[in-house]
Amino acid sequence: MLGEQPLPARWPDGQLNLTLTMPGECEAGEQTARRMMHIRPRDRNRSLIHFENVGLRYGMGPEVLRDLTFDIPKRSFQFLTGPSGAGKTTLMRLLFMSLKPTRGLIRMFDRDISMIPGEELPLLRRRIGIVFQDFRLLDHMTTYENVALPLRVRGKEEASYRSDVIELLKWVGLGERINVLPPVLSGGEKQRVAIARALIDQPEILLADEPTGNVDPPMAQRLLNLFIELNRLGTAVIIATHDLTLMDRVNARRMILSEGRLDIYD
Amino acid sequence: MTDPAATARDRGSKERLVTLRPTAPIVPPVNVSGRALMVVIAIMSFLCAVTLGAVTMVQEKAEAWQGDVSREITIQIKPEEGLDMDQALIAVRDIVLGSPGAVAARIVDRASTARLLEPWLGEGFDMDELPVPRLVIVTIDENNPPDFGAMRQALAEAVPAAALDDHRAWADRLISMARITVLIGVGILSLMLATTMLTVIFATRGAMAGNRHIVEVLHFVGAETGFIASQFQRRFLLIGLKGAGVGGGVAAVVFLLLAAWQNHTMATALNDQATALFGRFSLSSAGYFGIVAIIALIAAMTTLTTRLTVIRTIREIDRQRADPSLAEIG
Repeated sequence: MLGEQPLPARWPDGQLNLTLTMPGECEAGEQTARRMMHIRPRDRNRSLIHFENVGLRYGMGPEVLRDLTFDIPKRSFQFLTGPSGAGKTTLMRLLFMSLKPTRGLIRMFDRDISMIPGEELPLLRRRIGIVFQDFRLLDHMTTYENVALPLRVRGKEEASYRSDVIELLKWVGLGERINVLPPVLSGGEKQRVAIARALIDQPEILLADEPTGNVDPPMAQRLLNLFIELNRLGTAVIIATHDLTLMDRVNARRMILSEGRLDIYD
Repeated sequence: MTDPAATARDRGSKERLVTLRPTAPIVPPVNVSGRALMVVIAIMSFLCAVTLGAVTMVQEKAEAWQGDVSREITIQIKPEEGLDMDQALIAVRDIVLGSPGAVAARIVDRASTARLLEPWLGEGFDMDELPVPRLVIVTIDENNPPDFGAMRQALAEAVPAAALDDHRAWADRLISMARITVLIGVGILSLMLATTMLTVIFATRGAMAGNRHIVEVLHFVGAETGFIASQFQRRFLLIGLKGAGVGGGVAAVVFLLLAAWQNHTMATALNDQATALFGRFSLSSAGYFGIVAIIALIAAMTTLTTRLTVIRTIREIDRQRADPSLAEIG
């Protein structure tokens, strides 16, 4: 089952060797993950995202986010937390470039996002995987088709990704739900489909907004284990949550939003 | 070391165990709003095609009238004291036939003249008791018409009681009427097309509103605007073609059936009445070509509207990005 497999060991040359053993579900997941994650040693310590004195207000209202200055390093793992209405989703949207800051500088992948033309944004977003709080799965597509969607929009032939999608679905424990439509999936299953969709094109960053908000504690633990696995494979992970129990299970960086200000505890 | 060939075989066999349905299109097949759009397009295409057909028929009818009139002239001989009408008729016919450009000349005989006057004088009246004018109908070569001035002069010298009517005044009025009728028809057709376009645009935008979440998801998973627009264009082009095809097709079939009915019931009172009122229902090839053009135009308009709506939706998403006050607070 998901979350019960051994953690991957790092290869001597800097790549990662995923040794996931998922009896009856995903013997081939190892090869898929290995193909997906090629992390070069020299890239490991560089920052993927840089915020500097970022502020954001809605219209003429007060600033919702104030003076945010932080970095998201490569292969880092962090929780973004804070009380309801603190601006977690807004910050996630800034990270996903679906909002522009009112002031300050945001650099994504070494580029100032205020200088990026609109038509280039989709190309940049391809380097980010996002798990929306409300999943945003397309109901007329099966689990398989939803997960394959990012590859399809990049113009890839189905034959080139079919096995990868199937293996990834097995890896997230949905090997038996490949042909199922979202309306008949449980909350946890939808969450894993959304995660698989976010991961299928090997993003450098994974943003997950309240990924355990709709699932029971055992499923939340399994999803957390999945994020830890992904992080070990090289993806920087940012999880927005207000679930303290979940955060207590991992010794990870905490970014706490309170009244628009951000405190970081490494 | 593992054998790569064996691994590939193993992988292939596992893949074969998973049966996938044929990949669903990115834009879902026709839903309720799509069906409603198709019905709207079909109705508007039908109305447009019928209007176009009617305008084409009026124009062709007007041209036919104009041709009939300009192909014939009439010479009227008024009875006078001491005029031998039969000799005068023959003299007029001979003069006319001697003029270049006159193809044929026919004397309207006494029986035909009596029939012409029947509505006013009733049956069985004696023509010899009344000073009834007589007619010679001349068919002229349209491409090489006779010199009407010279013909008038020759007639005036030989038969002073003869008066030539080249139908010019009548033809001019008919041409004016036909032109006005066609102009009115074109005006109605333009209004019809404008209404159709607006209806199609609003109906398409309405149908697209139900697909906004798909545009958003595609945008956020990294699809470029052109890709998203092409996916929706393809789907809505099909809807437009189906709707316009059905509407235009039904209109064409209606014209064919009416023409067949007219042919089948020729010389009946109802047919005569309908023909007198509306003329022949048969549509020329230009009319059918026009219907095909309307189908293509409406399908193209649906596609273009879809593209513009997708682009506008993505711009709205990006405008929210630039102006956070348009987005919800997290």
